[in-house]
Amino acid sequence: MLHCRQQCDGNHPVWGVGELDLLQLSISGLANGCVYGLIALGFVLIYKATEAVNFAQGDFMMFGAFITIWLANSYYLGINFWVAVSIAVLIMGMLGYLLDMIVLRRMFGQPQIAVVILTIALGFILRFLAGAIWAHEPQSLEFPLAGEKITLGGLVLGVEEVAVILVTFALCGLLYLFFSRSRLGMAMQAASQNQLAAYFMGVPVKRIQSLVWALGGMVAAVAGVLFASKGAIDPSTGLLGIKAFAAAVIGGFGSLPGALIGGIIIGLVEPFAAYGLPAGYSQIAPYLIMLLVLIFRPHGLFSQVQKKKV
Amino acid sequence: MSLLVLEQVTVRFGGLVAVNDVSFHVGEGEVFALVGPNGAGKSTVFNLISRFYDPAHGDIRFREKSILGLRPDQVPALGIARTFQNIELFEQSTVLQNLLVGRHRHRRSSLVSELFFAPQVRSEERRHRQVVEEVIDFLELQAYRDKTIAGLAYGVRKVVELARALATEPRILLLDEPASGLSLEETQDMIFWIEDIKKQMGITVLMVEHDMNLVASVSDRVLALADGKELAIGSAQDVQSHPAVIEAYLGSGGRAGHDG
Repeated sequence: MLHCRQQCDGNHPVWGVGELDLLQLSISGLANGCVYGLIALGFVLIYKATEAVNFAQGDFMMFGAFITIWLANSYYLGINFWVAVSIAVLIMGMLGYLLDMIVLRRMFGQPQIAVVILTIALGFILRFLAGAIWAHEPQSLEFPLAGEKITLGGLVLGVEEVAVILVTFALCGLLYLFFSRSRLGMAMQAASQNQLAAYFMGVPVKRIQSLVWALGGMVAAVAGVLFASKGAIDPSTGLLGIKAFAAAVIGGFGSLPGALIGGIIIGLVEPFAAYGLPAGYSQIAPYLIMLLVLIFRPHGLFSQVQKKKV
Repeated sequence: MSLLVLEQVTVRFGGLVAVNDVSFHVGEGEVFALVGPNGAGKSTVFNLISRFYDPAHGDIRFREKSILGLRPDQVPALGIARTFQNIELFEQSTVLQNLLVGRHRHRRSSLVSELFFAPQVRSEERRHRQVVEEVIDFLELQAYRDKTIAGLAYGVRKVVELARALATEPRILLLDEPASGLSLEETQDMIFWIEDIKKQMGITVLMVEHDMNLVASVSDRVLALADGKELAIGSAQDVQSHPAVIEAYLGSGGRAGHDG
């Protein structure tokens, strides 16, 4: 756990004071926040469609990253980076689909706590598997553009961070189009709002739920690739899913844009808390924000819960 | 020709026989009503046709083909649409979006062409939109088109559910208590709409309803059920005056009093 924290938050060197530094700090925070946001997006996708919270979402991210590392890194299989990413996304999609079809569908009608425990256990299994297959040493994905810098005026940006931000926004755009335009995306929305009615509009609700899990796995894989491109990852990194869970709560747990924005808020707060506050505060800052949001806006910043009319 | 046929259908829930050897057929273009006291098995019949329940015995045929091998989500593709007693709408969506989901069974486009909004997708979309707008005009929902369901009054939601069923362009419409909870005026509208659905749109209607005024106004034939068994079938007047039906509604005590 401690090790993980250092991995997650400790990769910023000590910054000098100045506006450029603040800007640089924001951009690296934004990049971190994008990864949190994508994991949070997975939480919300699955929650909205199936009313189950997948506490293994962070471990999905980790596992997707390791599959990509295994396929792409030169000391493993060393295949083309982009092919490796596509395969990893597909594998994680299939994993999500099969998990729902084989395991979660059998939990239907069980109390929600049973599903919570099941997904927590699933996270343990994935962590164990990753450790057994790829060992517990932190590893980085060999990102083709790694180490290159983009200079904008006096601002020097790592190409990895810029890539993380761009890919996240592109993925969110794609998801937006998918949900607003495609037959499948609309079927997913319909099934998440009213299963009975969705059946009667010809939506195969069970298959749609498995497909949502597949989508959750795919988004997690992309988050994992982004995370492992800009830093090292080890099997316990998946525990940062808890932080992403806080991001989803801040965003309103039910709102997809809210999840992304919640992730970005947390990503931005961390480096600034590390910069301006005594050591250690940056690690509790995300949860402090979550508490504040829960106290003052219990349904989250972007809640879709309507107040019941009496 | 019979559009929908139920043949000696029996449903058991544990020891309870919810539907007991019931047979009836609904002809093309007919308005057919199921009546009976609570617990008579009317809604169970709907859930059988919707494929939510499996019968212990018997067969259900739609256009001469058994539908017992189908899943609930495959039923709408045949042209069977339904409404629910307790209104099942997509609460966080607008009226228009709800009706557009009704077009789901008619959508053919592929994922890639949809994401890039290809020309054929656009023309398909225009057609769906046109069908939905016709339904909105027919049921006078123009004022609510872009309102979210969660904020609408009960009577309006009831009409939206009917609209969504019509947007699927069904051959048969299953209405589960279309008048329950409606005001007198709203019930009067419902009567006109069901008549128009039958006469203008040529859609067959099978409904469950307690309001005998509505049943008598629109139904061609009425089947009375009690305790899962058929009591009487015929015109609304015949069924209402049938001794077994009167007994089922009032109990044998009522008739004994009448006799005495």
